[in-house]
Amino acid sequence: MTTFAEARRRSDRTTVYLLLLPALLPVLVLSVVPLLRGIYLGFTDARAGRNADTSFTGIENYRELVNDDLFWSAFRIGLVWSFGVTILQFVLALGLALLLDQPLRFRGFARVMALVPWAMPPVIVGIMWRLVYHPDAGLLNEVLYRGGAEGLRHNWLGDFSTALPAVILVGIWAGMPQTTIVLLAGLQGVPRELHEAAAVDGASAWQRFRSVTIPNLMPVIIAITSLDFIWNFNSFGLVYVLTAGGPGGRTMLPMLFAYEEAFRYGNYGYAAALGNVMVIIIVALLALYLRRRLREANA
Amino acid sequence: MKASRTTKAFQYIALLGYMVFLGFPLVWMLSTSFKPPREMVEIHPTLVPHNPTLDNYVEAFTEQELGRAALNSLQVSLATAVLTVLVALPAAYALARFKTRLGTVALGWVLLSQLFPFVLLVIPLFLILRQVDLVNTHAGLVLVYVVWALPFALWMLQGFVRNIPRELEEAAAVDGATRLQTLRRVVAPLLAPGVVATSLFAFISAWNEFFFALVLLKSPDLATLPVTLARFVGVEGIARLGPLAAGSLMATIPSLLFFAFLQRRLTSGSLAGAVKG
Repeated sequence: MTTFAEARRRSDRTTVYLLLLPALLPVLVLSVVPLLRGIYLGFTDARAGRNADTSFTGIENYRELVNDDLFWSAFRIGLVWSFGVTILQFVLALGLALLLDQPLRFRGFARVMALVPWAMPPVIVGIMWRLVYHPDAGLLNEVLYRGGAEGLRHNWLGDFSTALPAVILVGIWAGMPQTTIVLLAGLQGVPRELHEAAAVDGASAWQRFRSVTIPNLMPVIIAITSLDFIWNFNSFGLVYVLTAGGPGGRTMLPMLFAYEEAFRYGNYGYAAALGNVMVIIIVALLALYLRRRLREANA
Repeated sequence: MKASRTTKAFQYIALLGYMVFLGFPLVWMLSTSFKPPREMVEIHPTLVPHNPTLDNYVEAFTEQELGRAALNSLQVSLATAVLTVLVALPAAYALARFKTRLGTVALGWVLLSQLFPFVLLVIPLFLILRQVDLVNTHAGLVLVYVVWALPFALWMLQGFVRNIPRELEEAAAVDGATRLQTLRRVVAPLLAPGVVATSLFAFISAWNEFFFALVLLKSPDLATLPVTLARFVGVEGIARLGPLAAGSLMATIPSLLFFAFLQRRLTSGSLAGAVKG
């Protein structure tokens, strides 16, 4: 015999599933299934073309990757880019967040300004910085000239040695808002009494920063740097517009390399294998990072 | 804890440095967009154009390709916004009002999917869409965008639903309103700001998206604004920089408006009075 409450609960559950279905179905069909299929493709020799046969090749793709110089180069560049952008961005964003947390004048205006890069599509950010870096009509070279450092004028994005640093600077610029806003929210969550108590005990500003601010901010720092790292490692549009991987492959990030393999050369299987390797690298690096942080937190 | 004078001065200088770093690229693009072609080839470009002109804007507007791309983007983004909200609304209500494990599963999936690079997703998506003849169509792209925007839209909307006090719904039920009436008369009006914010989010994420549009749309007549602008980049001569800057600025306007809107919304906290009354 079913009680009234039980019947009620059962009809509730049906309602819940009916309400969730329209959202879950598309996610299942166009996100979960493709992802699983993508992982599988990494173990096949799939190629572009309607009638191309696909067969399972096991670890063949990965054997090929290990011997592919272009892969190693993209891998190295990807790590320099991801670590460079994530770390520098974190330091700069922390500085800005600390400033925005102070009772300064123009703080409201500065907070709005800090959001601007976020409001811009990556492609537009790329175009904008091309204008800044432009060898003839660009802002940077002109500033160097006016500042009397004409010898430093450069084709920033076209030169082998400056292309990657120039691109990293844009990456930092583009991701500043998210990191700053998250850190600022974290700072505002640090109890004021802790600061005051430390000040009464005679701690200097730097000591308070090290022993009050940073420890309290740690969970936020770990979360945002991890996310930034993932986003940076998987980023595509910005560098595609800035340099398309050039000059001479100096800014060929893993995602750009995979894109070229898949949609220029039609090597779907190989590109998917590259994607799998990227996931493994990210997971491994994150695991290392989180484990160390956790151990520090428990020590 | 009063900061000393030197500290304050240092802080203002640092803040100014940040503002210059964050703002100058945009100012430069603005300046470039008002420059006539002649000034573009000057050896030493200036920040303030000598002879500012609106020609670049007129040219970007009338340029057939850019106009068509803007229309394509508008179409795709509007469809994405409407569909995302329609699909997310019932699910968000269910997640907010009923206890279900599916909510946790969904959130877990959102976080997990961040790890995977788009290549892994886009190749199978391309194959799946090709099977149903939706490659190189706006419909196919919209489907992908909806799925892509859905997790965050769901999370956003269910937050808005949670903010509507359950007491209001219960009060309506006590007064004899049916469930549907309650939803229409009580929940819907209070949820309106949330629906607006969510559809704007979906609109902007579709408007700004580049990678899927690049891969899934082959014909230039279907291309969206970011793809068309990116195509200009490769082939622009120096004289074309002006229209490129103008077009890019115009393409940024929707997201700028969105952020201006969000800023106000986030600070307003408009629901608190509904219960206390």
